Amino acid sequence: MRHLHKGVSFAIGLAVLGASLTACGGGSSGSSGDGRIELSIGTFTEFGYEDLITEYERLHPNITITHHKTGEGGPYHQNLITKLAAGNGLEDVVAVEEGHFSDIIDKSSKFNDLTEIGPADVTADRWLDWKYEAGRDSDGRLIGYGTDIGPLAMCYRRDLLEAAGLPSDPEGVKSLFATWESYFAAGDAYVAGSGGGAWFDASSQLFNSMVNQLDIGYLDRDDNLTIESNPGIKAAWDRITGAIQRGQSATLVAFGNEWKTGFQQGSFATTVCPSWMLGVVEENAGPANAGKWAVTDAFPNGGGNWGGSYLTVPKQSAHPKEAAEFAAWLTAPEQQLKAFQARGNFPSQQQALTSPQLLEQTEPYFGDTKVGELYAEQARKVTRAQYKGPGDGQIQENVTMPALQSVEQGTSPGEAWQRVVDEAKRVVK
Amino acid sequence: MTTLAEKPARQDAPGGPARPTLRQRLSRWDVKFSPYVYIAPFFVVFGLTGLFPLLYTAYVSLFDWEIGDDDPSFVGLENFVTLFGDPQFWNAVVNTISIFLLSSVPQVIIAVLLAALLSLRLRFPAGWRVGVLLPYSASLVALGIIFANLFGPRYGLINATLETLGLDRVEWQANRFAGHLAIATMVNWRWTGYNALIVLAAMQALSRDVYEAAVVDGAGAVRRFFSITLPMLRPTLIFVVITSTIGGLQIFTEPKLFDAMPGSNNGGSQHQFQTLTLYLYKSAFEGFDLGYASAIAWVLFLLIVLIALANFLITRRIAATTGLKR
Repeated sequence: MRHLHKGVSFAIGLAVLGASLTACGGGSSGSSGDGRIELSIGTFTEFGYEDLITEYERLHPNITITHHKTGEGGPYHQNLITKLAAGNGLEDVVAVEEGHFSDIIDKSSKFNDLTEIGPADVTADRWLDWKYEAGRDSDGRLIGYGTDIGPLAMCYRRDLLEAAGLPSDPEGVKSLFATWESYFAAGDAYVAGSGGGAWFDASSQLFNSMVNQLDIGYLDRDDNLTIESNPGIKAAWDRITGAIQRGQSATLVAFGNEWKTGFQQGSFATTVCPSWMLGVVEENAGPANAGKWAVTDAFPNGGGNWGGSYLTVPKQSAHPKEAAEFAAWLTAPEQQLKAFQARGNFPSQQQALTSPQLLEQTEPYFGDTKVGELYAEQARKVTRAQYKGPGDGQIQENVTMPALQSVEQGTSPGEAWQRVVDEAKRVVK
Repeated sequence: MTTLAEKPARQDAPGGPARPTLRQRLSRWDVKFSPYVYIAPFFVVFGLTGLFPLLYTAYVSLFDWEIGDDDPSFVGLENFVTLFGDPQFWNAVVNTISIFLLSSVPQVIIAVLLAALLSLRLRFPAGWRVGVLLPYSASLVALGIIFANLFGPRYGLINATLETLGLDRVEWQANRFAGHLAIATMVNWRWTGYNALIVLAAMQALSRDVYEAAVVDGAGAVRRFFSITLPMLRPTLIFVVITSTIGGLQIFTEPKLFDAMPGSNNGGSQHQFQTLTLYLYKSAFEGFDLGYASAIAWVLFLLIVLIALANFLITRRIAATTGLKR
């Protein structure tokens, strides 16, 4: 009995060893034998796709869809790049945010050209021109179907502008927000009129908007760094650092802790407002500041876009055709309108922008402004999509943003600019 | 009667060197090999998750390896050469060591003193002990967010308090040393109680006889602490110092969340508090430069071994000399 017991324990030991060796296996989805197709889709934050996925499954009984949702965009995109590199593990349909698109465009050979594998009736005229253009790589292959966009407008504190003796009604402020000159001139007037109050929240928000409006960004179409040769970037730098030195900046870091507190304290008068920012403003400023914030359909030097995503089909997908079909269906105007109603993601489809549902939408926190109409208007003011080469997002987040912060902390603009040039070169290498 | 009947039976018993049965052989193998089999899962798992990555990192560090690169090119030690000429790397080394010193040194000293206090006769001893461990049980991320708020340069509670006291505000983000101090505070808040409990456990295991003899010899409480407690705690102190070295030099979450833009790997507008692990992470997952990141990882590994070794020698020395003092 005793010996048998020991023999058994010896066998258990072996089994444990075996299990620990084989536990590293594991498989992933695919198609099962009976003609059923399993598709997966990866998204981050809220795309408003939950009901749409159920609907698609109902329309296509042979397709089962698994939805992988990640809470935050940062880790989601890092995971995406890693799995792209590993060559497996990605979903069949993968959402990519505009800001990270430059990184995957660099690896566009790992994605399917949607004009080849997608349904033939899905053509460029479904989307706003610039949205469609930005979904293509430098060879003109279509990597992503556009989902939503983030047209830019200006948000401002009605009460603070009024107190500083500036016009504050939506029509009156339009002249302040007509060009960057008029915007920063109004900033000087505000600082003087409010006794030293800050005109804007975070310098990088404005600097990025200015750079995004240029014909050529940090990288040209051949992926050469333009930072030293592009007069527009340096001009934007001089403009914003000048404004910082004249006391217009609240010296906050966008999306940081103190930035949120700044909204509650009312420590600045204006902020750059892409369509999705309205919810952020409301959340940060809170009910105590209800009715004080307003938004107007004007943005210095025309329009701009910040944010929005694409749906891509990586080459590692086992069912590229079905995946592309699914992505095409999701990005159709009807579906994106439903996503807009579910989660407020502003659609990038021409047809959706003229739909009464969208145009009638109002925002109580911003004095019942017809924000749907307002942002549809702003979306049409965007004329082109600036080409974003690999490293573009990194330069914005890790080079110019900290450099502007350092100017606000007391570094001279000249010295900080030198740092921008050096570090941008390191990023692009 | 019985003895006569038993005798022949005893002679028949298989006492000689007969062939062992299967059961016996199994039993012998069991004694010989079982211990190895039982310990094997640890080594298998360690090999897969510890040793293999370590060696593979060394291999990757010899390549110009971009993430997703299908055909990385071998560059020998070039990554290391670039690294040693990289001012941002040296900046990160200085930051890491500075934060490490600001956290580990006070941490170990306070932990020992706390343990000495906790070993006194207190009411509700368990309550006090749980109390010092509480910060450790809090989520690191929650802790990071709360401390980043406390140390906020504009709206932070600490600057507000300083101002009420008539002192100057501290630029926790802009000033390099202030940033290090703030991050070290987070580390100390979390780990001091944990280390205090480890030291306390060791303290309570010390033999009472020695103390009684010292009391008889007329040694006071302070003398007993320095001449008996500290030297006898030596193995525990070495453990505490080495684990805090390993943890302290790999500090990551605290500076990442302390940044004005929480989650940034920049470590401040001019990398004022960018640590080695932040720089490593940034190189790998923002710069996509795996070869370079692997080189940083190896240099960090060697640095930890070096400092842990130095700490081991110093701690042994300190504990030994206090014991010899008469």
